[in-house]
Amino acid sequence: MNEVKCDCGHVNPFGTKICSKCGMVLGNEKENKLIDMRYEGSARRSQTYKKTIIDKIWNFFSSVKVGVTLIVIALVASAIGTILPQEMYIPSTATPAEHYELEYGWFGKVYYELGFHNLYSSWWYLIIIGMLGISLLIASIDRFFPLYRSLKKQGVTRHDGFMKRQRIYGVTKLDEQDIDLEDVKKRLKKQRYHIREESGNILAEKGRFSRWGPYVNHIGLIIFLIGALLRSVPGMYIDKVLWLREGETKEIPGTNGEYYLQNNGFTLEVYDKENKEDEQYSAAIDKTGTIAKTYQSDVTLYEAQRETIPGEKVDLNKLKDFKIKVNEPLKHDHYALYQVDYKLDELSTMAFNLINKKTEENYGSLKVDLNNPQKKYELNKGYSVDLISYFPDFEFDEKGQPRTISKIPNNPAFIFKMYTPDKPDGEVSFVAIKETVEPLGENTYKMAFNGVETKDVTALTVRKDLTLWILFTGGIIFMVGVVQGSYWNHRRIWIKRKNEEILISGHTNKNWHGIKRDIKHAIESTSLCEPSDQLEEEKSSTKGEVLNG
Amino acid sequence: MDKKKRRLVSRTIILLLLGAALVFALYTNFTKEKNESLRKGSDAPNFVLTDMEGKEHMLSDYKGKGVFLNFWGTYCKPCEYEMPYMESQYKNYKDQGVEILAVNVGESDYAVNNFIAKHNLTFPVMIDNGSKVENAYRVDILPVTFLIDKKGEVVDIITGALTEESIQKHMERIKP
Repeated sequence: MNEVKCDCGHVNPFGTKICSKCGMVLGNEKENKLIDMRYEGSARRSQTYKKTIIDKIWNFFSSVKVGVTLIVIALVASAIGTILPQEMYIPSTATPAEHYELEYGWFGKVYYELGFHNLYSSWWYLIIIGMLGISLLIASIDRFFPLYRSLKKQGVTRHDGFMKRQRIYGVTKLDEQDIDLEDVKKRLKKQRYHIREESGNILAEKGRFSRWGPYVNHIGLIIFLIGALLRSVPGMYIDKVLWLREGETKEIPGTNGEYYLQNNGFTLEVYDKENKEDEQYSAAIDKTGTIAKTYQSDVTLYEAQRETIPGEKVDLNKLKDFKIKVNEPLKHDHYALYQVDYKLDELSTMAFNLINKKTEENYGSLKVDLNNPQKKYELNKGYSVDLISYFPDFEFDEKGQPRTISKIPNNPAFIFKMYTPDKPDGEVSFVAIKETVEPLGENTYKMAFNGVETKDVTALTVRKDLTLWILFTGGIIFMVGVVQGSYWNHRRIWIKRKNEEILISGHTNKNWHGIKRDIKHAIESTSLCEPSDQLEEEKSSTKGEVLNG
Repeated sequence: MDKKKRRLVSRTIILLLLGAALVFALYTNFTKEKNESLRKGSDAPNFVLTDMEGKEHMLSDYKGKGVFLNFWGTYCKPCEYEMPYMESQYKNYKDQGVEILAVNVGESDYAVNNFIAKHNLTFPVMIDNGSKVENAYRVDILPVTFLIDKKGEVVDIITGALTEESIQKHMERIKP
């Protein structure tokens, strides 16, 4: 690993293409007419050593080719993930294995088999994104430090070969008369150039900080990636659903028993053609049927008075009442509750009258709370009803026996035993919706249906996202980097006295027109020759080969 | 030479840090799904519930004993299937330091009492109103049984109906 000593005496690290002090071209760049100014011809760290395994890994991630490949792979993979809905967006009642095939045919099956239904949290996708982050960071480190150093160390007096190989280059012969460069300096200063001088030679430079734009940009991206990574850390990100019946109070999931929510009522309003205010929508209503106007949950937020263990009775402090509507979430302590779904008219109570089948005389009524029924209901004196069996979600099993398939009263059925003065042993009646069976023979009495009460159920999304500000910060830094690199240019003008000549050359990372205009303005009213654009000359003469500047 | 060494060290450190971040990302992402259910070997979350006879049961009070913690519902056929076996094994093992706690998933008193009467259950049965214990144990499928040893550690999690024989085997595993 030999270091390279330049003629000017400066010692450059191995792999340097242009001496960072005087700009003399080192190595095989000598044959080119123009030099490649990328990274100031400094030795990229990765190119210098290729020895240990660490260095090999480092070089791999430092490579732009690898970086671009990773970006392309990540792009393609991300795109694939949008072809069919991800698992979390399919109906929660469906089994993924069946759903994809049923809904999308063989393609859906293949999609599911390949694991694309959970693409964004698959190990290989995470590895690609992770490698992209590593590549961003290492490539930046590898380029930023050598560039920073060579720009800091750059000399004022540059080697003739360096100047001659700049894209903008011009020579002025002095012919006995001298040219005062003070005016030029003044005008350059006016154009906000920083001037450095060394034995009559001048380096005018401005906008160097725009060179840091890409690196600032990368830092922003890396912060963004870190934010995305933190989402899977417990406590940073919560996304859950809470189903709440009217009148019910439940723990808000994800809050570890800290907060409770009560549903005071759910309202669904639709646009009504008959209503004067909504008349303007009548065409739309005719076309699509009903159109929702508002989904609203009136809720009360409570806080547990102390930490409790599950199952323990909690005392609650009321915090606030709120009306949750679409786009108007209830926000508290980093948590937000959004209206997301609802279920109208879930059965809540069912009322019956005990009547004589023949005379239809009523001997009293009872109301069964479908979520908490009683064992015995006392009616008029001498009359009572026992609830022998209750099936909230009733169906007949294979053997023809009644059973319930869930605890939700979707289709309630009851077995009542009716005690009356003339039937002291009771009569058994099986009552389901629109159906009465008398399994033990003809009865004198029956339970006549007498109406239901229903409750609406609201569904709220519980959301907490502490990574948002990290993503936001990353995004802002990213944009700062973009602006820094795009709206400013790094321009340098070298002026060198050499015997009877004055050499002028210029370099910029973009906007060559700008630097030419700057030079033109600076040398106005002097007898200095305006330097020419060697690339353009070459283009017009050969119309071929274009060099990167 | 010294410079080269320093560079190697700094590169190694940076690569290790980045590698660790990547592994961490993969790990948290992988365990995210597993976190949704309780794992073997973790401490059983404490809870307190009142049984149908009005007696309070706190899990931590059973330290030193094995606990056969069963989650069930009256509407769940396999739950009903294993109940008589649990009852007969309960009689065998209650004097040997294994307790059965049967937690119902928030049904009505009526339904649970009816069920107890139907199967003549003598072990403590409790209703988890508001699903808090269910949430703490991340119960998904019924029936599910958590075998908790005398140290309060979850030894095993078994979903699906159990036979009398397998209940006995599991009782042996958590016998103190």
